[in-house]
Amino acid sequence: MNVAITIAYLLAAVLFILGLKQLSSPKGARNGNFIAALGMLVALGATLPLLHFTQAGLVIVGIGVVIGTIVGTVGARLVRMTAIPQMVALFNGVGGGAAALVAVAELLKLGAHPAFAESFPSLFSIVIGSVSFAGSAVAFAKLQELMTGTPITYPAQQVVNGVIAAAIVAFTIAASVIASVPLTFLPLLVLALVLGVAFVLPIGGADMPVVISLLNACTGLAVAATGFTLNNFALIVAGTLVGASGSLLTKLMSDAMGRSLGNILFGAFGQVRTAATAAGGGPARSVRSASAEDLGTLLAYSQRVIIVPGYGLAVAQAQHAARELADVLEKRGVEVEYAIHPVAGRMPGHMNVLLAEANVPYEQLKEMDQVNDDFKNADVALIVGANDVVNPAARSTPGSPIYGMPILNADQAKNIIFMKRSMRPGFAGIDNELMFGPKTVMFFGDAKDSLTKLVSAVKAA
Amino acid sequence: MTENLLNELTFFVLAVFVGFEVISKVPTILHTPLMSGTNAIHGVILVGALLIAAGADTPVNIVLGLVAVTLATTNVVGGFVVTDRMLEMFKGRRPGGAAPAGRAQGAQNQK
Repeated sequence: MNVAITIAYLLAAVLFILGLKQLSSPKGARNGNFIAALGMLVALGATLPLLHFTQAGLVIVGIGVVIGTIVGTVGARLVRMTAIPQMVALFNGVGGGAAALVAVAELLKLGAHPAFAESFPSLFSIVIGSVSFAGSAVAFAKLQELMTGTPITYPAQQVVNGVIAAAIVAFTIAASVIASVPLTFLPLLVLALVLGVAFVLPIGGADMPVVISLLNACTGLAVAATGFTLNNFALIVAGTLVGASGSLLTKLMSDAMGRSLGNILFGAFGQVRTAATAAGGGPARSVRSASAEDLGTLLAYSQRVIIVPGYGLAVAQAQHAARELADVLEKRGVEVEYAIHPVAGRMPGHMNVLLAEANVPYEQLKEMDQVNDDFKNADVALIVGANDVVNPAARSTPGSPIYGMPILNADQAKNIIFMKRSMRPGFAGIDNELMFGPKTVMFFGDAKDSLTKLVSAVKAA
Repeated sequence: MTENLLNELTFFVLAVFVGFEVISKVPTILHTPLMSGTNAIHGVILVGALLIAAGADTPVNIVLGLVAVTLATTNVVGGFVVTDRMLEMFKGRRPGGAAPAGRAQGAQNQK
């Protein structure tokens, strides 16, 4: 490889590393993204001299780049902030798909009896890229609610997945050691796609962020493997960086949810869930509910209100309505804060983004550790579409699937207004004792409508 | 060839350590943007897609190349744009200086 090209790839790798470094600090995050994008431009520019275009090649590169740019820009610009997680899943999936296809093309070039060191990285990339593609597609469908977000389980699921995985390993070894026909990659491709789907199906919608992060790391590894096939430094380094940092990020995310990665991935949740639902099948218990006027008065004459936003707020696009309520309360001298659970919304940090979009002042956003001691001094904890993150069972019920998860101490507030669409349980699929508590008042309805009603009620009070 | 492979393995192993080290202290609120940013970086597979697409001469290669370039470009462009959109939301809302200092000040002002 040409010296200038190698130096340019090195520069790109340095820019990627600096970009990642900046992305992980609040001050420089946006710059970090620019730096990484610059690194990408350098890597692409350095590749140009390596391309020897055929006529057809020129045409398809032109078409592909134009379509990809339009789809990417329009998709990323138009997507609503609440739908960001599934958009990331989609962009990750197409990356995995691209890695698998590049590996297929390379494998076909290798001929009938490729050396192990040449064919193995291609096969690895095909498998991991396909798993990432299919898994991301399922994650997208779950988050976009094209299919149910609850775990899909069937008997002997672990065994079936294990058999598919074993078959993939066997095929990979067979194909790279003894294969004489390049087409052995086809069954491998199909099996990997099936595994991607089967692997994500039993994982609940609430855990999708962790899954997407894991698949993101997988795509990184697939890209690195393709780099080995193509002997391309940029692919190896950038792919490996993403693979390593993505794996660590996956672990940090599951830590933030207070769960182990194994617990998230391997359906433990699903099993406990059935047990919990069976146990909770007793007679329906009654809850207190109140009119918007009563609640408006309660809020208007409080000194301190803590808003606990959850996914219900995000999905109803109610962040602006929440801000409006906070504004009218503050005008009356009420102190308002937002308590942000680390996994509020659908991804860690998602809620901060949504509230920032509604121009909520940064100082009012309190992280869990900062705000948890304040709840006992709060007159009202206003829970808007959150559930599992305020479920006291996480502290008190050792058998509960969320036991041990850090929660917001909303139950310690003097009054609790629980705004919810229905009595339906949260993603964890378990009842929330807090709803039945003596200090709790339920206010049913769409989060946005309900908040708007509260705004007028507070104004009238 | 073998020496080449050894070099590549060296890059690989070093990059693993750099990848772990570089994001070891990321605050929770940046998890989502960071995931999205790394997602954009693996779009570098576009380099590989270009390499196979440019020289495509058989129907199979043409189809593979076209789809790979399209998907990879979507990954790169969409990834960086969506990350920027997320981070845009944070800009200018921090009253100068480090975030914790700003927060403490905000809390005092409220009392």
